[in-house]
Amino acid sequence: MIADFSWIRPEPHGIHVVPADCWIDPSRAVDKALVTHGHADHARGGHGQTVATPETLAIMKLRYATDEGATPVSYGETIRLPGGVDATYIPAGHVLGSAQILLEHGGEKVIVTGDYKRRADPTCPPFEVTPCDILITEATFGLPLFVHPPITEEVGKLLKALKDNPDRCVLVGAYALGKAQRVIAELRAAGHDAPIYLHGAMERMCRLYEELGVNLGDLRLVADQEKDAMRGSIIVCPPSALNDRWSRRLPDPITAMASGWMRVRQRARQRNVELPLIISDHADWGELTRTIEEVNPHESWITHGREEALLRWCQLHQRRARALAMVGYDDEDD
Amino acid sequence: MEEFAALIDALVYTRSRNAKLALIAEYLQTAPDPDRGWALAALTDGLDFKAVKSSTIRNLMKERVDPLLWTLSRDFVGDTAETASLLWPEPMHDVDAPPGVAEAVELLSAMTRASVVTQLPHMLDRLDPSGRYALLKLATGAMRIGISARLGKVAFAQAFGVSVDDVEEYWHALQPPYAELFAWAADGAAPPETENLPLFRPFMLAHPLEDLTVSMEDYAAEWKWDGIRVQLVHVTNEDGGETRLYSRSGDDISATFPELLGALKIPAVLDGELLVRGAVQGGEQNDRTQGGAASFNALQQRLGRKTVSKKMLAEAPAFVRLYDALAIEGEDLRPLGWSDRRKRLESFMPRLPASHFDLSNIVEAASFEQLAEIRETARDDAIEGLMLKRRDAPYIAGRRAGLWYKWKRDPLLIDCVLMYAQRGSGKRSSFYSDYTFGCWNGDPDAGAELLPVGKAYSGFTDEELKKIDRHVRQNTLNRFGPVRETDKTLVFEVAFDSVHQSKRHKSGLAMRFPRIHRIRWDKPAHEADRITALEALIRD
Repeated sequence: MIADFSWIRPEPHGIHVVPADCWIDPSRAVDKALVTHGHADHARGGHGQTVATPETLAIMKLRYATDEGATPVSYGETIRLPGGVDATYIPAGHVLGSAQILLEHGGEKVIVTGDYKRRADPTCPPFEVTPCDILITEATFGLPLFVHPPITEEVGKLLKALKDNPDRCVLVGAYALGKAQRVIAELRAAGHDAPIYLHGAMERMCRLYEELGVNLGDLRLVADQEKDAMRGSIIVCPPSALNDRWSRRLPDPITAMASGWMRVRQRARQRNVELPLIISDHADWGELTRTIEEVNPHESWITHGREEALLRWCQLHQRRARALAMVGYDDEDD
Repeated sequence: MEEFAALIDALVYTRSRNAKLALIAEYLQTAPDPDRGWALAALTDGLDFKAVKSSTIRNLMKERVDPLLWTLSRDFVGDTAETASLLWPEPMHDVDAPPGVAEAVELLSAMTRASVVTQLPHMLDRLDPSGRYALLKLATGAMRIGISARLGKVAFAQAFGVSVDDVEEYWHALQPPYAELFAWAADGAAPPETENLPLFRPFMLAHPLEDLTVSMEDYAAEWKWDGIRVQLVHVTNEDGGETRLYSRSGDDISATFPELLGALKIPAVLDGELLVRGAVQGGEQNDRTQGGAASFNALQQRLGRKTVSKKMLAEAPAFVRLYDALAIEGEDLRPLGWSDRRKRLESFMPRLPASHFDLSNIVEAASFEQLAEIRETARDDAIEGLMLKRRDAPYIAGRRAGLWYKWKRDPLLIDCVLMYAQRGSGKRSSFYSDYTFGCWNGDPDAGAELLPVGKAYSGFTDEELKKIDRHVRQNTLNRFGPVRETDKTLVFEVAFDSVHQSKRHKSGLAMRFPRIHRIRWDKPAHEADRITALEALIRD
């Protein structure tokens, strides 16, 4: 056996599993795709066959209105691909349905983490550490300055702003898939039982989460409300709607955004955010480095994000690593 | 420090001017003395602590964080103080309570270049990330959080219901933490003593004329000289007399131009253009353009120096071309109209030494059309343009609509090729917003190369910035820290006021006020201009 891992090839538009001729999270349509999770930059439409968890497939069906070629695989389940490659889907803790993909071929083990985090999330099962030879890891928040505070602190900030401004509302910009539902679920866990109002673009995804067993409490649509009825309330919208004309119908909103980028003041300023909430569904620096230590792979391949810094950390800790040049994974809103 | 740090954070996240004023005013009303005075100083003029520089912070960080990780982080954040506040390792041992603002100022003032490396870390250990950010901003004297000195003064006036003009007037008589100012405004004490102090009076400023036309009956025209606007103040007191030279922002630059200090011996406040003797602007001294002044380039050699050599005084003697008089022999002339002030200034001129002062000529024009024709000649005469001043306007601090206009000559234009892009800071952190561009040193089709000729970071909209940023990211040849070398395909039409010879640049040229005029997405790079085209525009 030659441990050269030539059967797995990172290309600019995805990771190619050569013997099976399939692609992981390809950024263009292919015959056969293995998809880690439902975010649009990873789960594109138009593939001949899509292998993913049932939740991810449901999310893709919601977005692309078709489930043609959908091949579900549950957490922990192994499927045999052509060319003698086994693929196992393992929870990644990123969003509902998100998975790491473990690939095994000729005794060699490769894990593609997709996007992941190590913090508890009431909307999805936690990341599982799995030993492997090569860990292909994300690095979205791969700089030591990224430390995501405990989410209870950030939810506390949000609830305090709400309490201090009973005549206003707090408008929270949050990624429509995952972040929005997690923030709502955490608010419920913190005892906030009041109705939460949604931008229209949020509705279907929240309903799907509920159908898949994630309880989000009393949700209502902004479009159905009188302005005054929303005073003292939390409203959730996609980040793109924060500074949109749409928000003019709201009662004097305090603009908040739930994102890991909010750690940096100027990032918040660039988006006109008054109340930055550092809430991310990605691993922060500590989680990224801890995960490499715990998985303890023979080599780490670092994709989309700030690869240089994580590469440097690996060097400083005598760990083999290389950076992959991937395109099209854009997480400006996370 | 917690309240000050909370104020700084709130200001960072607040867009509206009124909301910012309210935040500062509330802080000033509630914070104790002398904390609030030091905070006000930090927000307005900035505090200067000799031992703490940006490089000090960088060096402290590089002892604690891997240098490459520091650089990558700093590059991403775009702000040294903020990066350090986020990356500072939390202390492993018990620490004292956070220092107050006044205590912080006291500790920072006492630090030396040697002691700062042990004492600043102790202070940082006592603070949380927001506190560290506020402390480092305070310590390095550059808040850069979108608060102007003026805004701070307006907030002060608003907090205590006093007139902002009074605040401006007293300001320069006082030192941080402005105890007398708070005593007067907050506690109703007598106003601060300003008699016989060589105080700075805020300048009257001009709006661009844009497309307006004005009547020459209502407005007088003067040349707009390309030097630096200064205010020269002389007072007499028990110690004899004192003269100070202020720059436009109110900085005391007396030490840089010692020859002017002895030249004014009569109590007065004069407004004019600081120039160096020469024959570039308007040629030799003459009746038509006045002339007699060297280029800004020549003046620049003398700026920013703490001491001046005899050689420099002999080679580049400075003088003030007077525009206005704010006070003469104790009489405040500011309430008078411009025409009356001008008469006072004209009759005052014989009492000033001609070696160091002259009077800026009035440009006579019968009509606006005739003035426009005269302005057309400004380029050949290497003069920046014209000023238009309402004849009956009193001297009012700041930029008041309709009173003074500047009418610059049209800019020069040249097509250059984008060579390097650097990430911006502040609001533009993470965007490639600072551009170095070049011209060809020969025929590009015969193997000529691009030589950098200038750098610009303005003249484009936010939408255009996003598009250029994308172009830079997708067409990168090399990365050097925060700088990217691009594939040299994008052409900028660059506008600039003038171009001079310069030994500092490889191309031998330096542009003045270059800015992006248009982005020529359509133009092939080999059609951009050559160095020779730029050289032909030199008027030195």
